[in-house]
Amino acid sequence: MGAVLNGHFTLITGRTLEQGKSLHEGKDSEAYRSATALVEMNPEDMAHLELEDGQAVRVRTSAGQVEVPVRAGTVPPGLLFIPMGPVANVLIGIETKSTGMPPFKGLAAEVVPR
Amino acid sequence: MLGILNGRVYDPLNEVRGDIRDIWIKDGQIAPPEEVSREEAEIIDATGLVVMPGGVDIHSHVVGAKVNSGRKFRPEDHRDHVRARTSFTRSGSGYTVPTTHLTGYLYAEMGYTTVMEAATAPLVARHTHEELEDTPILDIGAFITMGNNHFIMQSIRDGEREKARDYVGWLLGATKGYAIKIVNPGGVENWKWGQNVSELDDEVIGFGVTPRQIVTTLAWINDELGLPHVPHIHGLNLGQSGNARTTIETIEALEGRRAHLCHLQFLSYAGDRGKRPRSGAAEVARAVNEHPNVTADVGQIVFGEATTMTSDGPLQYRLRQLTGHKWLNDDVEGETGGGVVPVLYKRKNLFNAVQWITGMELFLLIDDPWRVFLTTDHPNAGPFFRYPHVISLLMDRDARAEAFERLPSRARKDVLLAELDREYTLYEIAIITRAGTARALGLKNKGHLGAGADADVTIYADLDNKEEMFAHPRYVLKNGEIVVRDGRLIQERPGRTLHVAPGYDPAIEADLRTHFEACYTISFDNYPVASEYLAQGEEIPCGCV
Amino acid sequence: MSARTSARVIEHVVCSFCGCLCDDIIVEVDEGEITRVRKACASGRGLFTRYDPTPRQPTVDGQEVDWKEAIAEAARILDEANSPLIYGLSSTATEAQRKAVALADKLGAMIDTTSSICHGPTDLAMQAVGEPTCTLGEVRNRADLLVFWGCNPAVSHIRHFARYSVMPKGTLTPNGRRDRTVVVVDVRPTSSTQAADLFLQVQPGADFEVLSALRALLREKEIEAETMGGVPTAHLQEMAERMRTCRFGVAFMGMGLTQSRGRDLNVSELFTLVAELNQYTRFCVIPMRGHGNVAGADQVLTWQSGYPFAVSFARGYPRYGPGEFSTVDVLARAEADAALILASDPVAHFPRVAAQQLERIPTIVLDPNRNLTTQVARVVFPTACYGVDAAGTAYRMDGVPIRLRPVLPTVRPTDAEILDQIIETVQQC
Repeated sequence: MGAVLNGHFTLITGRTLEQGKSLHEGKDSEAYRSATALVEMNPEDMAHLELEDGQAVRVRTSAGQVEVPVRAGTVPPGLLFIPMGPVANVLIGIETKSTGMPPFKGLAAEVVPR
Repeated sequence: MLGILNGRVYDPLNEVRGDIRDIWIKDGQIAPPEEVSREEAEIIDATGLVVMPGGVDIHSHVVGAKVNSGRKFRPEDHRDHVRARTSFTRSGSGYTVPTTHLTGYLYAEMGYTTVMEAATAPLVARHTHEELEDTPILDIGAFITMGNNHFIMQSIRDGEREKARDYVGWLLGATKGYAIKIVNPGGVENWKWGQNVSELDDEVIGFGVTPRQIVTTLAWINDELGLPHVPHIHGLNLGQSGNARTTIETIEALEGRRAHLCHLQFLSYAGDRGKRPRSGAAEVARAVNEHPNVTADVGQIVFGEATTMTSDGPLQYRLRQLTGHKWLNDDVEGETGGGVVPVLYKRKNLFNAVQWITGMELFLLIDDPWRVFLTTDHPNAGPFFRYPHVISLLMDRDARAEAFERLPSRARKDVLLAELDREYTLYEIAIITRAGTARALGLKNKGHLGAGADADVTIYADLDNKEEMFAHPRYVLKNGEIVVRDGRLIQERPGRTLHVAPGYDPAIEADLRTHFEACYTISFDNYPVASEYLAQGEEIPCGCV
Repeated sequence: MSARTSARVIEHVVCSFCGCLCDDIIVEVDEGEITRVRKACASGRGLFTRYDPTPRQPTVDGQEVDWKEAIAEAARILDEANSPLIYGLSSTATEAQRKAVALADKLGAMIDTTSSICHGPTDLAMQAVGEPTCTLGEVRNRADLLVFWGCNPAVSHIRHFARYSVMPKGTLTPNGRRDRTVVVVDVRPTSSTQAADLFLQVQPGADFEVLSALRALLREKEIEAETMGGVPTAHLQEMAERMRTCRFGVAFMGMGLTQSRGRDLNVSELFTLVAELNQYTRFCVIPMRGHGNVAGADQVLTWQSGYPFAVSFARGYPRYGPGEFSTVDVLARAEADAALILASDPVAHFPRVAAQQLERIPTIVLDPNRNLTTQVARVVFPTACYGVDAAGTAYRMDGVPIRLRPVLPTVRPTDAEILDQIIETVQQC
């Protein structure tokens, strides 16, 4: 789960300050769109994959794939973070394991540089 | 207008002992016959039927934060006990913790029309009132827990009981409550330190006051404010072997001031602390008999599922340790605490058998039916809809003997109950389920059928099978309207919230503002429950003792 | 209330954005407009200042209609549906939530709240093992150890640290922050971990393991492994010791536990640990309820049906079915043929497959604001915003109910009023 192998990662989604603030501008606002369409990656992982900050990458899970800019973040190696929202939700599947809760955190994800 | 004709009427508050009488109703109240036009009145022919005032339950946990936590955490309680909606009733679920609408329907179908919600934490009183809006038919008042309240304990410590008095006056108005409730005074505060109290003169950590002081001060306050009910006390050491002693000491500590001891069965065990309990009902009953200032409700256990829910935080933790069952705890800032633990009362369990015996003995040994009332401390000792079962055991000594014989032989050895063959009469049942409870509550318009009373009337078939008789009344009227006919609900209507608004010195509010800033997390201005939460409220006057 | 108001300052206003329900907000209103909001965090301020209370007409298929028409269309959609679903509830007042459940009962509908994608697993855990909890004032006054597990209050509940947990001075905590030790457990550093005295970085999906290890260490069991779930065992030893010896510990938990592998089992393990700590000291846990009145939605649905979320009235009585009547599952399996969305934005927050289903079935939305769900809805009711221009009741994360009083006059219909009219109009199922 922790090691970076062939671009395989664990994806988590969640709140950010920008996502929370931009809610009030409307979910079709540019602020909300840019706050929720990005992926945070560990700088070492980025170096390993030869990614530049802001570069567009494809993130893929079994549920779907999105194309977003990558940003250097405080996530540990092997972890990806995407703010909660419609972009992240393309990657979230519908298996709730009979709890009602989709797998918002802890998904296996691949990063494919554009 | 309505007339109930030719029934056998039991109205103990008016000393009517089964006489054949007509009851007339107008504008929701019992009316003198001359005020009613017989031609226009709807007539119920009660020939051969028994007519009583609607039941008045003096202690039951039916609405509010703790009850709802109990519902939420026990889906297993609800699944097999459901009621489908109809064109005029809501659906519901639950056995020991029924949903709000179902609670109203079940009580009404059992012939009860007034119920006292036994414990509401002041900080969350608003929750109680919201649930009351979804509890149909019944008139309900809420007891407000105060026995571990910081402002009260501080005032006692500082020798300023007048401040505590004005605070209680303010608090009852702010919570739209009905009475002062005391639960394990000082013990729930000590539980926030992982401890408890076990003696009346133990110290409450951080305050240096004692349970004795809390009880006596609140009893004094009750008199000062002229509240219609008396302090309603859940005493020390509930459930513990030997607690009969501290119960009797608590009675004595009142020094003649009036009080009500709730679910007395749980507080009436003899035996050594920490060892196997025996029934202590004989000594407790003697103390009750000798102290006319005290009333009590029994809290009779009924074998089967129950859900313990009290404000007694340390007790609820102890139940978790004893049973290993899932446990809810909720400490409420500056005021109280509590918890919920599911239990199962089994005939074969020696302790449960002792509990059953203790309750029965209390009923049979307390002489004055005006001072001992029928409850199961719903849902702590059993669900309220088992009251008819308890009634049958009180009225029929053979049924009681049969039930007794089913207990383990070890539990039946050297037990006083075996020799007690008293049988309650219908008149006495009317007292312990409505007339006596209404009087103890200070509800002048409940529990009787004299002119001016609320027209809450229950009409029973006169059956030998008392359990069946009381479980399925033929008619139930609420405020003069028939809500149950032939055992079935035919109408839903809103009930009323019974509350008090005692006078107090408004100067106390300055002290309270300071107090709120120091230790609450909600502002003083946002705390009180305004009358917008009482769609149908009835203020019961203070000062009429 | 008069529509023309002169400048005034309103104190003790309640912000209903998140589960904190801060009730010390100061709002200045001039000529019927909010001109200033003080003490609120950025999210709360946005709630007051970004909301435009100007009445708008309801729409059907994007076209403005009058209220009667919109009600009639909504009722028609619900009447024609065989399997209607009501979802959301978490950002409206209990007065409206009660109506929503009444509507579900009458229709024989499914009804679910945002809990199913938030603290539903917490509800499941509470039902399995119980929950030792307390109100926030006990944190203020007594707590000398705080453990934030799988939550990021600095981002999700912005004033929580300052107002309720880390900073406040109370009766036994006169020195505020200095009287407390703060532990934060998360899979990555966050703004919340920066406030911590001790940050335990756990591997994703390993919370259950770490919690089990803590339970074992609490009972003085030996753990041979040097790390558990990515955390050095020595750090876990230290944490267990701190927890055992504190005066009054409080854990706060969030999506890190409910949304990760294990879900409700993670929460059960934490709740069990907290319960077991009460053998040594006093310890409680408070779930960080997200939306302003999701705690109220739990309460209302429970007192009326017996269950806190994922309920179906299809058989005429309430049935509980997490995984069966929970909304993402229902939409993923296309088991609802109409939806009424109350005070929430599932199109923004659901997995895409589920969100898309809301476009395929006729959807009715009641919301003060436009959002991604209103964009795809058949019928939209622009209702008042409780706490801004309508009065109502909301429940804080710790279950304390607070009155929301409006700072602006009520000119829009409320959710409760619209739901009432829909209830009157639909047929009994």
